[in-house]
Amino acid sequence: MKNRGKIVGINKNMITVEFAGDVKQNEVAYAVLGDNRLKAEVIRIRKNRADLQVFEDTRGLKTDDIVEFTGELLSVELGPGLLGQLYDGLQNPLHKLAGELGFFLHRGKHINALPEETEWAFTPCVKPGDKLQAADTVGTVKEGSFTHKIMVPFHLSGRYEVVEIAESNKYSVKEQIALIKGKRGQLIPLSMMFEWPIRIPVTLYRERLDPAEPLITRIRIIDTLFPVAKGGTYCIPGPFGAGKTVLQQITSRNAKVDIVIVAACGERAGEVVETIKEFPEIIDPFTGMPLMERTIIVCNTSSMPVAAREASVYTAITMAEYYRQMGLDVLILADSTSRWAQAMRERSSRLEEIPGEEAFPAYLESTIAGFYERSGFVRLRDGNTGSITIGGTVSPAGGNFEEPVTQATLKVVGAFHGLSRDRSDARRYPAIDPLESWSKYTGIIDNQSRNHTVRLLSKAHEIVQMMKVVGEEGITLADYILYLKGEFFDNVYLQQNAFDAVDMATSEERQKKIFSMIKEIIDATLDLNNKDDARSFFNRIRQLFLDYNSAEWNSNDFLENERLISVLFLKYRKAGKEIEPYIFRQALVESDMDSHFIRSKTAKIKKGEKLLMVKEENEEDI
Amino acid sequence: MKKIYNKIMQISGNVVVLSATGIKYGELAVVTSERGDSFAEVIRIDGKLVYLQVFAGSGGVSTGDEVRFLGKQMEISFSENLLGRIFDGTGRPRDGGPALTKNLIEICGPTVNPAKRLIPSSMIHTGIPMIDLFNSLVESQKISIFTTSGEPYNELLARVALQAKVDIIILGGMGLRYDDYLFLKNTLESEGALSRSILYVHTAADPVVECIMVPDISLTVAENFALRGKKVLVLLTDMKNFCDALKEIAITMEQVPSNRGYPGDLYSQLAARYEKAVDFENAGSVTILSVTTMPGNDVTHPVPDNTGYITEGQYYLNNGRIEPFGSLSRLKQYVNKKTRDDHRPLMDAMVQLYAYYQEVLEKKAMGFRMTRSDNRFLKYGVLFERNLMNLSVEMPLEEALDTGWRILSACFDPEETGIRTELIKRFWPESKTTD
Ligand SMILES: Nc1ncnc2c1ncn2[C@@H]1O[C@H](COP(=O)(O)OP(=O)(O)OP(=O)(O)O)[C@@H](O)[C@H]1O
Ligand SMILES: [Mg+2]
Repeated sequence: MKNRGKIVGINKNMITVEFAGDVKQNEVAYAVLGDNRLKAEVIRIRKNRADLQVFEDTRGLKTDDIVEFTGELLSVELGPGLLGQLYDGLQNPLHKLAGELGFFLHRGKHINALPEETEWAFTPCVKPGDKLQAADTVGTVKEGSFTHKIMVPFHLSGRYEVVEIAESNKYSVKEQIALIKGKRGQLIPLSMMFEWPIRIPVTLYRERLDPAEPLITRIRIIDTLFPVAKGGTYCIPGPFGAGKTVLQQITSRNAKVDIVIVAACGERAGEVVETIKEFPEIIDPFTGMPLMERTIIVCNTSSMPVAAREASVYTAITMAEYYRQMGLDVLILADSTSRWAQAMRERSSRLEEIPGEEAFPAYLESTIAGFYERSGFVRLRDGNTGSITIGGTVSPAGGNFEEPVTQATLKVVGAFHGLSRDRSDARRYPAIDPLESWSKYTGIIDNQSRNHTVRLLSKAHEIVQMMKVVGEEGITLADYILYLKGEFFDNVYLQQNAFDAVDMATSEERQKKIFSMIKEIIDATLDLNNKDDARSFFNRIRQLFLDYNSAEWNSNDFLENERLISVLFLKYRKAGKEIEPYIFRQALVESDMDSHFIRSKTAKIKKGEKLLMVKEENEEDI
Repeated sequence: MKKIYNKIMQISGNVVVLSATGIKYGELAVVTSERGDSFAEVIRIDGKLVYLQVFAGSGGVSTGDEVRFLGKQMEISFSENLLGRIFDGTGRPRDGGPALTKNLIEICGPTVNPAKRLIPSSMIHTGIPMIDLFNSLVESQKISIFTTSGEPYNELLARVALQAKVDIIILGGMGLRYDDYLFLKNTLESEGALSRSILYVHTAADPVVECIMVPDISLTVAENFALRGKKVLVLLTDMKNFCDALKEIAITMEQVPSNRGYPGDLYSQLAARYEKAVDFENAGSVTILSVTTMPGNDVTHPVPDNTGYITEGQYYLNNGRIEPFGSLSRLKQYVNKKTRDDHRPLMDAMVQLYAYYQEVLEKKAMGFRMTRSDNRFLKYGVLFERNLMNLSVEMPLEEALDTGWRILSACFDPEETGIRTELIKRFWPESKTTD
């Protein structure tokens, strides 16, 4: 018997429903509007009234309209056929919807997430009598370049025995492929798909491991200075237009992981279009398959229903957990977590909850933490490992990081890639601020060299500030050269052209090589006798490096540029390395990379102090 | 069947509350008061209580006034007859012409399926180098002019509208000063563009709430023309007024404000409108160019801030010119790879060099001696501002690119520009004048 209720109140996308029987928190219900059934989720229950967030436009509903409760939690379908799909926040396949409805997303239309017609070549790997539990593999199918494990549904608790298992053949996702028997003799038929409630984490692994292995994004400033680890978390806060989305787009293209799930959450629809249209065409050099075959897009953009936006990040992470369970490395890119937080805020305001800072609900922090905690590098019960890495952008109001969402996120992530308006205005892309950002993970370059270069940048920055006060003539040639070295490193290494076919992605091997070349130049004492000479030398070597960066790996151009660089460098190089202690003289950044955020702040203050000091020192000279 | 009530229980702000049954959420009603008829929309239902937002405001509305529910949402007439006409914020004629009542369509239709969107591909040439060369405007883009009151933003809007090769121009005015309205109307008229334009104008003298409908009406009409194959340019000025109207209603409804009094859903509200910009496969397109005035030139104010997070870029109009910093067209990369090979690198280099110029200026202002290289930058800045930034400059893109190279070569050695050697070889002008 279906449990029903009737509407007694409507406020934008929230309806209040009076009911008689039992109603579950987070249960799905449908508001009946003529022939349309509008999907909704219970978000609060008080006595015989439930508040529901409706995932669609509520116009046209009225009091006494019928609401049907389903008794099911908000869930997604899991099974072969998820890869390559474009879903909305509730896992409706958008291409299919377009096929049926044309240009627009009319409300009340639901389509199953997994293609039911597709047949998959199933190979069993258990036999009758075998003992199984949830998430154990009963067989495999080939999904693109992956071996997709068909697993015992995650919600089945206890032990089961295989009674029947299908033979190797082609099956569609709904056909029975096994029959298993529980302790009490109950028989359960299995197909290749099952459902899982999105708000409940999947934790069917043996242990969570330390995320020690770097995740190569092929973005130099990230891999070299502020690395991300497989199973780790990172965030990209930045003001509008600073380059968050572009950074995530190139990451989704170039990151060395098995599967990428793009969660376009409350941002522009246009931004996913490129991915949709181009990924099927781009061949992934590692698998030889189109990039789309390793990608899932969950797209609930800004003009799509706000309640579904709130759900969309959970839809994404649940699919990630499913693939991690097969021993794969999954990367989730959520753009933007602020829009998700705002959806929570809208909901909270309609529930008339007591608001916290900037009207965000009091549970904002724990909700954000709960989401990022679903990442992780894990050892599965079969001994294999799998990982979920989460990278979320944050869009702070007014570009000010001292706001609730950024602060709550910074508390839980392992790396912070802060974008700065100054850098993006000066077209220094990717606009990750090297003096503000930090990472707790170990990357492809040893920590000592990492810190060393950050120190150089910090020193160069100080000199820039100093020059603003005392002018170029007020600083020594040695300082001037240090400044030029910092600029040089920034120009040719940290900055990377996202729209250049070659420069867009730098392999690990290439990064290590260029980094060591640059480090040699930075560490060297150069035979430069005045500031004009110095500037001209660095202009020339920068030019060579820029050409070098856009030359195909090991091509003739590449080798020729390399030769020219070394000729130029050797001409000016002096023996000895006495410059190095000089950089360290006023080291600002401790090598301990733990209390990074606080560190970057204190560094800032210290910078200010230094500045004053320097000014005094120089005052006599002027 | 129409339902008629005449017992209003509560009046506050622009919202009236009455007891009624069988009323649909979002339904339209007509409130008849001594000041005449006004539309009103159902914005909340709580048991038997129905909350209505009265477009003309609640001033003069009496508890005994008649409220007639229409049983349908806001609709608007759509046909070719709209062309050349001028309406107010709720679609009533403002030009003395006949009211249009045929072929009614609902406003605020559903969202376009992202799967059906196209990658933007055609550039809208404006003849303004700061747009064409540095931040190209692209068909189906949504972009805003960030500015302050007193700047010539409506002039810029009109200029772009007249230059752009589009089929239809729709102007949505919100809180327009009457002389601005006349200026826009007269400019379109004198350039012979009025016959392909439709104006929905809410002036500063009209009831505040009425301006809320302006973007919805303008964009619904635009969308329908686009579906019929037309390229439509929608001009919305000034969205700050639209946001302030939203704020007023939110406060009346006792919503907890999130930031400086603006409601927490400001982002979603703005996005719902701006996301109407689209390019339909095998049909037309909607491009949105809006104006957002920033109080105190503060871009972190919630209105420009939320707008910046939604639009595909912004033009900073300051001191009568479009600033190279902060101005950004996020779709430019779709079109500037096909114009000329040097377009992108030249654009990047020129802006980077201009950033250095600004630093040099700062140094100079502090009284430091200018080095030889500093002087080059100073010269560069002046040439750039005079020959490209000045809003009175009007030239096609090709010419703007050539001008850019000429400015560079007049000030710098090739390797000072950071442009790749291969491009230098192809584009660096032969004769070089050094300082
Ligand atoms: N790595 C890059 N290389 C070149 N240009 C870039 C790069 N990153 C960003 N840009 C430029 O900046 C524009 C804005 O970038 P992006 O859309 O990523 O900003 P965002 O931080 O996501 O902004 P929002 O918060 O409004 O979504 C891009 O359209 C592009 O023109
Ligand atoms: Mg973005």
